[in-house]
Amino acid sequence: MYHQDRSIAARAALPIQWCAVAPSFFSKFFGGAGRQGTDDEVVSGEKISRRSTGFNEYIRAISREEGLKVLDLGSTSPANITFMTGLGHKFHQEDVLRSATDKALVIPNGDGGTTIDVHRYFDENLDFEREDFDAVMFWDLADFLPEPLVKPLIERIHVAMKPGGIMFALFHTKDAGSDAPFYRYNIASKDTLELQPARAYRLQRIFNNRHVENLFRDYASIKFFLGRDNIREVLVIR
Amino acid sequence: MRDSLRSGEVATIGKSVVVKGELSGSEDLVVDGEVEGSIALRGQSLTIGPNGRVRANIEARNVIVHGRVDGDIHATDRVELRKSASLSGDISTARISIEDGAFFKGTIDIQKPEPGTAKMEPRPQTTAVAAAVPVSAQGSLLEPKKV
Repeated sequence: MYHQDRSIAARAALPIQWCAVAPSFFSKFFGGAGRQGTDDEVVSGEKISRRSTGFNEYIRAISREEGLKVLDLGSTSPANITFMTGLGHKFHQEDVLRSATDKALVIPNGDGGTTIDVHRYFDENLDFEREDFDAVMFWDLADFLPEPLVKPLIERIHVAMKPGGIMFALFHTKDAGSDAPFYRYNIASKDTLELQPARAYRLQRIFNNRHVENLFRDYASIKFFLGRDNIREVLVIR
Repeated sequence: MRDSLRSGEVATIGKSVVVKGELSGSEDLVVDGEVEGSIALRGQSLTIGPNGRVRANIEARNVIVHGRVDGDIHATDRVELRKSASLSGDISTARISIEDGAFFKGTIDIQKPEPGTAKMEPRPQTTAVAAAVPVSAQGSLLEPKKV
């Protein structure tokens, strides 16, 4: 297991490389922006059970009191809703990736191509109060979201989280490959996640540790857990 | 739901019917058409059929959704989202069940049932709950672990 903790001052000195350098690298690496799934592209397949040290620590952190407000940014999961409400928490669901595939958001980019209307996306989604959430389940969405949404989404979540709030995220390692499947993450228990094949979203990019650190540079701390399946688990404290 | 529709024991808004305004009553209701406004069935059950399209805040004892709802649901007993359901809005209820495949966007607030009403569903197994500590005070989370 690998983990890392750094001070805010040390992180602030790092340039935001991921947004300036990474996109071209990712496009080259994966051969383009990639196709996103639609509602019609539901994928079937075997569920995978995965033990998670990081998620276990996340659950321990939010089990100390009832009545917290938890935000799940993944696909609607009955298991997650049952688990979190069973802990006595308020649960908010918002499927940010599904919302990002709304065809109405596609606009010309001025170069003959298309891009996503970021302003409209955030007008219609993630309209939260400041410091509203105690905990966030981000899953591996940063690896699949359209590029223009990633950094603004992390900033929006930062505003919506309470200071001291905790976020659980996952990131693929470079060994995952461009054909890494998209899963819906269901909570099976406090330390086990069930990965259910979902829509045909395509992996858009891979963050290395430095990119992840820069992505969460405005947050108080970050802690990595390296798994055996090309997935890094990350706990972020607001 | 189909049995209820056939038997005629409940009021029904058919799939070709469009209603705009306030709906209230003291009997069970099935909505398989379109409703825009508000629905208040205190102590009764509301079923949104597979063809149902509701843009309204809903108050009822039980709410079962097969179709689409844009609005908040307040149910004193139970909310069920079936696999074909799509709900954008907040839910306040004592019990909830959501089938795999249902779409939900909003907040769920589980209310403790009033004495003498429905029981809460059992909780999933979790770690032992320690004394209440604010999330912001979780120092152990930030401390590096020894490998």
